[in-house]
Amino acid sequence: MKIMVCIKQVPHQDARLDVNGAGTWIQEENIKFEINPYDQNALEAALQLKDKEAGTEVVVVSIGPERVTQSLRTALGMGADRAVHVKDGAADGSDSLGTAKILAAVAKAESPDLIFAGFMSDDGNLAATGPMLATLLGIPHTTTAVSFQKNGAIQVERELEGGALEVVELNTPCLVTTQTGMNQVRYASLKGIMAAKKKPIDVKTVADLGLAGQVGADAAKIKIEKLYTPPKGQGAEILSGSVDEVVGKLVGKIKELGLL
Amino acid sequence: MDRPALTDLAEEERVFRDAVRAFAEEKLRPLAGPMDKESKLRPEVIPALFELGLMGIEIPESLGGAGASFFMSILAIEELARVDASVAVVCDVQNTLVINAIKKFGSPAQHERMLGKLASGAVGAYALSEAGSGSDAFALACRATPQGDDFVLRGRKLWITNGGEAGLFLVFATVDPAAGYKGITCFVVERGADGFTIPRKEDKLGIRASSTCELVFEDVVVPRANVLGDVGRGYKVAIETLNEGRIGIAAQMVGLAQGAFEGALAYVQQREQFGQKIGEFQAVRHRLARAAIDIEAARLLSYNAARLHDAGQPFLRQAAMAKWFASDVAERVASECLELYGGIGFTTECPAEKYLRDAKIGKIYEGTSFVQLDTIAKMLFSEGA
Ligand SMILES: Cc1cc2nc3c(=O)[nH]c(=O)nc-3n(C[C@H](O)[C@H](O)[C@H](O)COP(=O)(O)OP(=O)(O)OC[C@H]3O[C@@H](n4cnc5c(N)ncnc54)[C@H](O)[C@@H]3O)c2cc1C
Repeated sequence: MKIMVCIKQVPHQDARLDVNGAGTWIQEENIKFEINPYDQNALEAALQLKDKEAGTEVVVVSIGPERVTQSLRTALGMGADRAVHVKDGAADGSDSLGTAKILAAVAKAESPDLIFAGFMSDDGNLAATGPMLATLLGIPHTTTAVSFQKNGAIQVERELEGGALEVVELNTPCLVTTQTGMNQVRYASLKGIMAAKKKPIDVKTVADLGLAGQVGADAAKIKIEKLYTPPKGQGAEILSGSVDEVVGKLVGKIKELGLL
Repeated sequence: MDRPALTDLAEEERVFRDAVRAFAEEKLRPLAGPMDKESKLRPEVIPALFELGLMGIEIPESLGGAGASFFMSILAIEELARVDASVAVVCDVQNTLVINAIKKFGSPAQHERMLGKLASGAVGAYALSEAGSGSDAFALACRATPQGDDFVLRGRKLWITNGGEAGLFLVFATVDPAAGYKGITCFVVERGADGFTIPRKEDKLGIRASSTCELVFEDVVVPRANVLGDVGRGYKVAIETLNEGRIGIAAQMVGLAQGAFEGALAYVQQREQFGQKIGEFQAVRHRLARAAIDIEAARLLSYNAARLHDAGQPFLRQAAMAKWFASDVAERVASECLELYGGIGFTTECPAEKYLRDAKIGKIYEGTSFVQLDTIAKMLFSEGA
């Protein structure tokens, strides 16, 4: 079986984020990056399957600049077999659809039986790329997996509103997006990292994928107009005192404002 | 670039450093305080170190290790010590002393047997010091008497790191006290050997979770096949492994200083006095700036010594300098950072006091600071400036 895992490099959870000069994205100089946490679970799910089923190949795919190599090497160090790195300025500024088109082109060349992706990325929070990719490929998909099993078909438990769980079954080829916490993500071991030095990273351009002019900032249907930290709100009032006093004041406030 | 800056990590070094850091933050940070109080490593720690490949860094892949460089050991020790110096020294002794000695002085058959064991789960310990011989290590009294094809070991060792967990011990003993240092021989003894007991563990100021034990050998039979290097050449084994070991301790002290520093840097940006963050007072900022300079310099000394080693160049002077300086920096930075927390820094609620207690050992083991200065001075006079 061949599994493709889509991983995105995002600012590290501990990175200090500032808006860039143009006010359209964050300032990316000198900050630390990591593999999107949701994608780490996606990769772990793929690696667990590889541990169980001999002959499984895990291919990780990422789009981004040179710095993405480190995330790909980390994924290879954790146990992925190969990497595809779409490294091309022409891909910069792609919206979810542009990203999905690039990944679809890679998927067509790879023909995986199963695609894993994070449910969303920690930076964009759009949760759109996975479903769009599946749609472009014309394969079934499901999202927010919290558990995963393969016994012939694929069974996924997915999270719904209010903590309810739904069980869905899919036939391969299919795509599954993963929720954080679905598994315990392994660390890249030193042996794995040393072995990863010898594993191939296939670097591709947008043109290599036959997508020149179809992706990137110019083709994007969604553009970020402005990125900013909201000004501190006015009118928040913090009630203090014992629990009884606070409750009393709160009830008084509700009555005063005629909210009930 | 052919010769990048010392701190410019190669890609695999960066990936490795980040993996060890993530492990230390997520898995060790919550345990560091409790393990210090309990004076014991939690049982899951050592298996996790093996799984990450941190206990067989330079063991060749063919024997189950990672086949990585000495510099990788330095990175691992530094990152572990940033969170817990006790866990760091477990990794340090395993790699920079025990594995190093066996790799350098072991026969191919010994490599296969001993390195294989160390790669697959056995912890190693390095037993040189005795109650009567510390700095003057070659005055040791532990005695090995030839008996047919074997040696019979008799004596005691003191302050042996990893004694509580180790399966394999390098033990230095003399086959001929009259021969002075030329009688010293290095033996590999396994835990559980008849007559080998570990009666006592020290209660300590710092690195409390790391076990420091007394070892007792009462007529322990050691086969000749377990002599590491030549009979009477154990002093060479000791000297030539402690050189690398010192760089390991330097890295431990750099990581410790970094951990203490990062905690204080975060705290001063949150604590307010006189209507402002204490990190806005120039005196506080300058203290942190000086700490940052000290840590950077200590790191450069350590990395330089390690990279010289990996390049096959002389590094003894640099190793002694790195250990001397880094242990001094660690103690000063840990102490001054503690002060930046004020009262809470003095309490066990805050990790600052543990960093300070842990720092103290840096000037003592693997050659006290006086011994480092002696080594450096000796080289100045024999080799010139
Ligand atoms: C926590 C811990 C872990 C340890 N782990 C190990 C281990 O794994 N294996 C091992 O073999 N040993 C270990 N040791 C022992 C350690 O290496 C020795 O304690 C150290 O070498 C100092 O020896 P000593 O204690 O005998 O002190 P001494 O040698 O008695 O020194 C006492 C003081 O005299 C000074 N001094 C001695 N000689 C001179 C001189 N020529 N000039 C100037 N000053 C001098 C010293 O610097 C020191 O200040 C450990 C010790 C501790 C505390």
